[in-house]
Amino acid sequence: MSEHAPPTKEQAQESEASTSKSTPTQVTDGSTAIVRALENAGVEHAFGVQGGAIMPVYDALWDSEITHITMAHEQGASHAADAYGVVSGTPGVCLATSGPGATNLVTGIADASMDSDALIALTGQVPSHMVGSDAFQETDTTGVTAPITKHNYFASDSDTVGKTVGEAFALSETGRPGPTLVDLPKDVSFGETDRDPGEPTPPPGSTPTPAADSAAVDAAVAAIERAERPLCLFGGGVIKAEACEEARAFIHEYDIPAVTTMPGIGTVPEDDELCLSWAGMHGTGYANMAITHTDCLIAVGTRFDDRLTGGIETFAPEAEVIHIDIDPAEISKNIHADYPLIGDAATVLEQVHDAIETPPATREWVEQCSAWKDDYPMDYRTPEDEPLRPEFVVEAFDEATDDDTIVTTGVGQHQMWASQYWTYKEPRTWVSSHGLGTMGYGLPAAIGARFAADDSQDVICFDGDGSFLMTMQELSVAVRENLDITVAILNNEYIGMVRQWQDAFFEGRHMASEYNWMPEFDKMAEAFGAKGWRVDDYDEVADAIEGALEYDGPSVIDFHIDPRANVYPMVPSGGANGKFALTEDQL
Amino acid sequence: MSGEDHDNSTPPKHGLAGRPPEERPHPEGRRTSQGIRIDPEAEAEPRVRQAVVSALVENEPGVLSRVSGLFSRRQFNIESLTVGPTTVEGNARITLVVEETEPGIEQVKKQLAKLKPVMSVGELDDDAVRAELVLMKVHGDEPDKVHAITQMYDGQTLDAGPRTITVQVTGNQSKIDDAIDAFRQFGIIEIARTGQTALARGATPTTPGEEPAPEGTIADEPQKPQTPAQHSDD
Ligand SMILES: Cc1ncc(C[n+]2csc(CCOP(=O)(O)OP(=O)(O)O)c2C)c(N)n1
Ligand SMILES: [Mg+2]
Repeated sequence: MSEHAPPTKEQAQESEASTSKSTPTQVTDGSTAIVRALENAGVEHAFGVQGGAIMPVYDALWDSEITHITMAHEQGASHAADAYGVVSGTPGVCLATSGPGATNLVTGIADASMDSDALIALTGQVPSHMVGSDAFQETDTTGVTAPITKHNYFASDSDTVGKTVGEAFALSETGRPGPTLVDLPKDVSFGETDRDPGEPTPPPGSTPTPAADSAAVDAAVAAIERAERPLCLFGGGVIKAEACEEARAFIHEYDIPAVTTMPGIGTVPEDDELCLSWAGMHGTGYANMAITHTDCLIAVGTRFDDRLTGGIETFAPEAEVIHIDIDPAEISKNIHADYPLIGDAATVLEQVHDAIETPPATREWVEQCSAWKDDYPMDYRTPEDEPLRPEFVVEAFDEATDDDTIVTTGVGQHQMWASQYWTYKEPRTWVSSHGLGTMGYGLPAAIGARFAADDSQDVICFDGDGSFLMTMQELSVAVRENLDITVAILNNEYIGMVRQWQDAFFEGRHMASEYNWMPEFDKMAEAFGAKGWRVDDYDEVADAIEGALEYDGPSVIDFHIDPRANVYPMVPSGGANGKFALTEDQL
Repeated sequence: MSGEDHDNSTPPKHGLAGRPPEERPHPEGRRTSQGIRIDPEAEAEPRVRQAVVSALVENEPGVLSRVSGLFSRRQFNIESLTVGPTTVEGNARITLVVEETEPGIEQVKKQLAKLKPVMSVGELDDDAVRAELVLMKVHGDEPDKVHAITQMYDGQTLDAGPRTITVQVTGNQSKIDDAIDAFRQFGIIEIARTGQTALARGATPTTPGEEPAPEGTIADEPQKPQTPAQHSDD
């Protein structure tokens, strides 16, 4: 580097040595107040892309202890921040400039909204006096993001902008989490102020009561006590509420079998005798049998998404429903709750746990559930002379890694195989795009997860060839930051999930689902500066996995799998969960 | 319910082993499209009714678009929406008339309560005081007859010229509907209706927890009532 080159942020901080270390940002203007608000909230990482309207905020980050990760695309920033929040349990932060920067964040914000993930987006905006004039890079960001945020703010005053950012942070994780956004006109960021934003404080009235009404608890408990076939359904809300301990204690104390939703994967170890894995469209046969035949469904932290319920008319049709949720609006939104319990999952589960006096007699039902495990096994065949099975790849990775390994995915068949054939044992190890179903989530999510995870944890992204193509530019970030992540592409040279539906429902007309040509992903990875492997046969799988896990940096393995492999079981959209198909002719 | 007689040892080449759907037991029960378990005794079809919902909100920029956006996004059937400031500085009241099933009306109220600027939401009883205002501009050829009809509906003439007469009528929805019908004979050139506004009858607060504005003063900062059940997740 030449003598006159300006210092990097790290060099600048080093040269100021201990004086600058962990010194909070001095508030002199809107931007420093914004950064100070993030520091006060305990933010350590932020993901984003620079640009005109957000430059003052970035400049204030120069002197901050917050580590900023420059992403290749703002969509990547929003997904990385989202996954960072999922893995760490503290909200992720993403930044973008006005106009295209802000609109590029939209997919990730919508994704976070659908999955109730805490996320804070800070967007630059044109100066206040130009707002409404169709100025360069002006977009009505609060208008665009209103339906996909818990709340968004248009900052109007340098004196209060720091407090607003703190409020946005606090609001995103209060009660049912969700994304918030603060739009920051450039003059507000530039404007002078010395007001410390203080601790992040949620808006008044936004903090829910943790305990459920005790009379309602008693009524629900009576329903559990008289049940013959009780079943717990644990959703993502259990993980968000840090209620996995309570959930596990509850099912074990009373011998109640449990299924999860997809976002609820990890609440209960999937190798637990009482756990039937996840229910829904591609859930296990045994989970879908149990949810169909239960007479008392104890649903916790779930919004009864249609991919879980299938047709409403046939969903748990004989069950009294106990619904524990922090959001009253989820009660009886899709499925009528006979016993609504509004409150925090951990608190209410304990209330229910403690109130049961006569445990339900569940022995026969537990036996029935484990018989269903034998009746509907997830086994597959692996003839050596046939193309590689994706299920085998997922299981091989699971065996080669520790239980705390984090899995991220794109969206499609590979996502389903990754969720079905990996045995999840801990919360916050399954990181996927559920409600929005966003192809391209996997790689940026792996980057965000890497920053949130312990160094000892492995981070694996199972990606589809199509999904990888949507955000693969983020590999440049993984190389630049030397992130130890492994991308396992389950390459079928197809928009596979669409191809599967076309075969089942569109007479095999493969309109726009065949790629015909695909880049050589292993070589592409090398061109980015990552390590690349290509695997076509069973006997190459173990070595490639070992090599990728050993390599201390980003690796990509391009697994060429059986292009005809399909995902089963499958409940067709709107169908009855109990009528899941095991082969195509059953659809 | 188990299938001991079914061979699960070899999965098919494409797909999984296990009993096909038609060989599995299926429960008899059903739910309605509202997710309610069907009680064979009770009627199954959900009935749609009209509800008047009042929301006390912080009168901040964008609050109206958040409310109307919520209605279009969630496909709530809305008949009218009125908004205006209250006597507490910074507060406004939004009155909504919706046509929904019982669970739909519950959703409207709960989703409204989740919006951050919404402080309190209440549904009005049937006996609530409701009113609407309509302005009608009609042809001025028969001023005496227009005047007579206006009087009949306790209306007022706001503007009268050689060619047009503009009248105002207030009242409940059916009175307004009747008045409009009556004025049709003159040829209605233009019409503007406000939509219904309403308040609860007597001492009952229109939205729960609503405090009256202090006599003769205007509060500096609106107090947000602490009603967690209404706000528990925003
Ligand atoms: C952004 C986005 N666009 C389109 C879709 C619709 N879609 C769902 S799955 C899928 C195919 C995904 O292909 P690939 O990533 O290769 O996964 P595969 O199913 O082949 O494993 C598509 C196009 C989507 N979910 N997300
Ligand atoms: Mg594919």
